[in-house]
Amino acid sequence: MADLSINFAGIKAPNPFWLASAPPTDKAYNVIRAFEAGWGGVVWKTLGEDPPPVNVSSRYSAHFGKNREVIGFNNIELITDRSLEINLREITQVKKDWPDRAMIVSLMYPCEEESWARILPLVEATGADGIELNFGCPHGMPERGMGAAVGQVPEYVEMITRWCKKYCSLPVIVKLTPNITDVRIPARAAFNGGADAVSLINTINSITSIDLDQMIARPIVGTQSTHGGYCGSAVKPIALNMVAEIARDPATKGLPISGIGGIGNWRDAAEFLALGAGSVQVCTAAMLHGFRIVKEMTDGLSRWMDEKGYERISDFAGKAVANTTDWKYLDMNYAVIAEIDQDKCIQCGRCYIACEDTSHQSIAQLIADNGTRKYEVIKEECVGCNLCQITCPVEQCITMVPQATGKPYMNWTQDPRNPRAVLK
Amino acid sequence: MLEALKHLPQAEESQETLRSHFTDLNPALNKRQAAIESDRCLYCYDAPCTRICPSEIDVPSFIQNIAVGNINGAAKVILDQNILGASCSRVCPTEILCEHACVRNHDAEGAPVKIGLLQRFALDNAKFEQHPFQRAASTGNKIAIVGGGPAGLSCAHRLATLGHDVVIFEAKQKSGGLNEYGIAKYKLTEDSAQREVEFLLQIGGITVKHEQVLGKNLHLADLRRDYDAVFLGIGLGASRQLGLTGEDAPGLMAAVDYIAELRQAEDLTKLPVPKQCVVIGAGNTAIDMAVQIARLGAEQVTLVYRRGAEHMSATHHEQDIAKANQVRIITWAQPQEILRDAEGKVSGMRFARTKEVGGKLQTSGATIDIPTQAVFKAIGQCMDNSSLSDDLAKELQKQNDKIHVDAQYRTSVSGIYAGGDCIADGQDLTVQAVQHGKLAALAIDNDLKAKV
Repeated sequence: MADLSINFAGIKAPNPFWLASAPPTDKAYNVIRAFEAGWGGVVWKTLGEDPPPVNVSSRYSAHFGKNREVIGFNNIELITDRSLEINLREITQVKKDWPDRAMIVSLMYPCEEESWARILPLVEATGADGIELNFGCPHGMPERGMGAAVGQVPEYVEMITRWCKKYCSLPVIVKLTPNITDVRIPARAAFNGGADAVSLINTINSITSIDLDQMIARPIVGTQSTHGGYCGSAVKPIALNMVAEIARDPATKGLPISGIGGIGNWRDAAEFLALGAGSVQVCTAAMLHGFRIVKEMTDGLSRWMDEKGYERISDFAGKAVANTTDWKYLDMNYAVIAEIDQDKCIQCGRCYIACEDTSHQSIAQLIADNGTRKYEVIKEECVGCNLCQITCPVEQCITMVPQATGKPYMNWTQDPRNPRAVLK
Repeated sequence: MLEALKHLPQAEESQETLRSHFTDLNPALNKRQAAIESDRCLYCYDAPCTRICPSEIDVPSFIQNIAVGNINGAAKVILDQNILGASCSRVCPTEILCEHACVRNHDAEGAPVKIGLLQRFALDNAKFEQHPFQRAASTGNKIAIVGGGPAGLSCAHRLATLGHDVVIFEAKQKSGGLNEYGIAKYKLTEDSAQREVEFLLQIGGITVKHEQVLGKNLHLADLRRDYDAVFLGIGLGASRQLGLTGEDAPGLMAAVDYIAELRQAEDLTKLPVPKQCVVIGAGNTAIDMAVQIARLGAEQVTLVYRRGAEHMSATHHEQDIAKANQVRIITWAQPQEILRDAEGKVSGMRFARTKEVGGKLQTSGATIDIPTQAVFKAIGQCMDNSSLSDDLAKELQKQNDKIHVDAQYRTSVSGIYAGGDCIADGQDLTVQAVQHGKLAALAIDNDLKAKV
């Protein structure tokens, strides 16, 4: 069996699956249940200054698929609403009882050096393995000058990171907000401030839906609502891109990344790890299914690694980074053409109408004398956009077949059709 | 009406128990089930379900509306093409129509979308504040429709929508035709047929006159004189005969007549129920008869057909219903003799064994006797010639003993149109009758406009 253990920025864990700082890691009871279920580590729900904030009633909402599957999840909860003293006591005890699991403590304090100087020694005394700076919370806390309000100002990110390194010997992970234009900027700031790692993404500003009878967004608090933070599988593509952006940024080369955002199974995790993450954090999937899902996650990842011959996570970590590049470096001479497997085709016509109405009119509808339909790719017209393959409901029915063009690799910077190309 | 069976014992079980045997064969989908099922629809382009539907319902569109919670919209899409969509959703042989054509029969799941149940869900759950169709400005035309069954009702509704005034002349006490009198009680339960008629008539401009029987107190020549057009949706009023001696013996009757009594019976315990009975035929009426008499308490129900199971016009789905109700099916046997007791009452039925030789049916020489107290004929319906007996009606050109019409549902007599089971290409399908009525209405409207 593959070895799933990791050493992430000096923090050891038996597997890369950590629970993100969120309701599932709010107190000892939950965290112990998570460790019993097999989670490799937790990021304890964010601690802040006493008195702790007070939460409203009605806190979550979801973006549902047609079959009530939760595509995206939204919350308006604040950081821990329990006292610092209770949290520190519980963290100490749990770490003592579960020494092999990663225990990271999330923190959110105002932009004042003395606040950090005061809290950091207390956290270090718990025996925790590291700290994570919550610079990402998009709702409620920014109105108080914390969370995303810090994460959106690179200078603050760097400054606080520096304070943390000054007052604490633990590895410092800076959690980044996606509610910015270019995620590399705060990542560089964290790096420059001495961060040992970054984690991303925190949740995305969101309104999931509107109650059209009451004309109030969800979740409804009395007669009002507010935007929340969006997570769940819908955000995975955004998170993957942001992880890749940092992973391939020369300015932060080698900076460990803890991947967060829509991870719900081993395959999601493997994708984040392949794109440069060294650990992954999960919240929504656990909130929807319970801690037990880690069992299938570790089992699936381990079996896949065995199949591929990867003995440890580092054997494949980051392997997809080098293959992720700027558009201008893509091969202009590469060509694929759709091919419909007529034996698998069920004649639903979806590929045809999608291509006919919105793409390149590259699929022909042939009507036989007996009325049956046949859909055929018009090869000369097909640009290889993948739309037909995406809209096809049958697996493996439409394949995009690479064409032997006989032409060498040529990117846009080399392409004679590019007016700005540097031609040899 | 059940004179032929009055010597037989009545149903033994209580009214309550009997009624429980005639609840919905296919329970309705609830909201959640409908949501799940509608999500299975692939929203095909040029969808095969729509192409095969005799009434051309835009199936993907109505299912998409259900999926997004627009139930009234879904119902309207159905009703636009088929104003009797609610009964069709219950009686259509979807297993040979839309659900047979569904592409999901061919994907990995290999199971069609439950289109019939979804259609029923939409129509059962739609809540219209007012009738969903409005009438066009009055044309001043008056059109007579003979027969208040699916073809006539469909024709009437479409004509009313187009601004014409309509009078329906219906032979029976209630409208609805076979929906009211001829469909198995567990398919169209309670008063669903009447509710659908009431809904349809809400359009306005349609008057229904009951107990108006063509050839008796109603004459085609009068209708043609008094109305701008006439539509005949008279169905097939007569049951085919076995052609054997003793066909009027007590104990022998047409299945459709028994079913009509059963559907109208307030008190099911009063129905005569033989211990043993034989049903002759292989269509849906034969199955409906056999299953219903079994559910009323008949202990031995035998359905006999002269050819093989593969030749039966009842679909596999229907045959399965029969088997599930312990109906014994005997194939390759044709009626030879009605066996009677000393009093002349039916005591059994003798069948000649048959086989197919060179595509032709032959008797093999062997016979089987089945002791029975009752024989129900379900060997098909034919034109009741008395209804087309007046001088003008006699002029109507026939084809295969049914009324001949052209592609516009015009008969050979100008101003007279026909549709449903009574015309040559009628297939004994409610949905097809609805389509005939709809298209005939459009043809009538066109022809009347052309006259002006």
